[in-house]
Amino acid sequence: MQIVKIVVAGPFNAGKTSFIQSVSEIDTVSTERRITSQSEQVKEKTTVAMDFGRITVDEELVLYLFGTPGQRRFDFMWEILAEGMLGFVVLVDSSRPETFREARRILETFRAYAPTPYVVAANKQDCQEAWEICDMRIALRLDSRIKLLPCVATVKNDVKNVLLELLYSILEEIDAGVGFEIIPSRDLNLPSFSLNNTSA
Amino acid sequence: MSLKGNLRDFSVTQLLNLINLARKTGTLVVESPVEVILVSFREGKLAYAQDGNEKDNLIAVLHRFNRLSSAQQHALNDRLGHMSDKELGLALINANYLEQGEILSCLQFYFTGILNQLFAWVDGLFHFETDRLPPAGKITVRVDLENIILDGTHRQQEHEQLLDEIPNLDMALKLSNCDGINVRDLNLNTQERRVISSINPGISIRQIASSNQLSENEIRRVVYSLMQAGMVEIMRPEGIRHPLPIMNRPTRTVNAGIPAQKSLINRLINRIRAI
Repeated sequence: MQIVKIVVAGPFNAGKTSFIQSVSEIDTVSTERRITSQSEQVKEKTTVAMDFGRITVDEELVLYLFGTPGQRRFDFMWEILAEGMLGFVVLVDSSRPETFREARRILETFRAYAPTPYVVAANKQDCQEAWEICDMRIALRLDSRIKLLPCVATVKNDVKNVLLELLYSILEEIDAGVGFEIIPSRDLNLPSFSLNNTSA
Repeated sequence: MSLKGNLRDFSVTQLLNLINLARKTGTLVVESPVEVILVSFREGKLAYAQDGNEKDNLIAVLHRFNRLSSAQQHALNDRLGHMSDKELGLALINANYLEQGEILSCLQFYFTGILNQLFAWVDGLFHFETDRLPPAGKITVRVDLENIILDGTHRQQEHEQLLDEIPNLDMALKLSNCDGINVRDLNLNTQERRVISSINPGISIRQIASSNQLSENEIRRVVYSLMQAGMVEIMRPEGIRHPLPIMNRPTRTVNAGIPAQKSLINRLINRIRAI
């Protein structure tokens, strides 16, 4: 059995849990807890360890989606999650410009962990307050070569599109001679508690 | 789709950079609890600015920049005060009061000054109105934003450095032990002299600023220069330690070869398409 993983990173309340839930074939192994901090009362619950979704490709290949915890105090987990990833998605809440700087920091941190391909997904584009993609590109200081994709994390097709664009980028890198290296499953830092948690 | 937010999270520098790069046309409205500033742009260039609290017409601007005397200002206000700025400008040029270049230069300084005020704002709601243009009858200019952004960035960096050096204005100052130095012999400016004379162990820096009518940035600048000269001392509270930089960790890998890699990715693509 070959296992590969994609990491979904992003600031607090960017929509990472919803993103993974939209395409995962298992009930997302989520570690959400009620928020106690006054400053982070944007939503009722937040992910305190990680989200974990699965897409079985065939009998020999499984893709795992890991959502990083959005709160800063859990960023010690990012490096562990980043190890051996095929690539990563940085999810940004288009309607909360106050999180753009944090998104940029997360992006740069993950780039430092591994020079793997990545895409940036501008979530909550259905929100009236959402910034336009061209404005977000400038605000996030994204080069025109970096894919910035509009999406709504609760819409399966949008999430599929983001993942496909990431995989196309990985293919392009392979064609350009910058192939990735497959990490043995035992080194992927997969949480053993959820590997058999199939429900759907 | 809106371009809105708070300066607390998205600085003026970033905002102007965005407007410049995206060559936006419209009006940026920035609101603090006590003030509203409107700045209009045409294709990413500064065109017009208005401080919500000041309804300066062209005559007032020209007087402010010493192009008109107070007597001229009063006379023009009485005779031509009903005119729009454009009409007024033409009338002044035709009457050989001023040249077009002088008027535009004054307006550029005036608008840039209003825009520069925003760099001091650390908080304030902003939104960009794409269709909103400067009021009819107002004279517009075309000023590149690059230099304004650069100047603003330098000011912001200075502000951040001062904040870092003097984070807490509720601390008190004390005179250093400068044996043999007479303050009167030192080449201090007026602000520095006033601050020195206000130093008292029971008075906070904030109170000194207030009694000398100095802004937070100004008092920080003065205190910083006095500290650099070794004349005053301040007890800094313990700062928050920055997190240690995250180090790259080597990963153990197995090179799968290009055909295998492409096959794996194509299988993933086909699977995700089928979801």
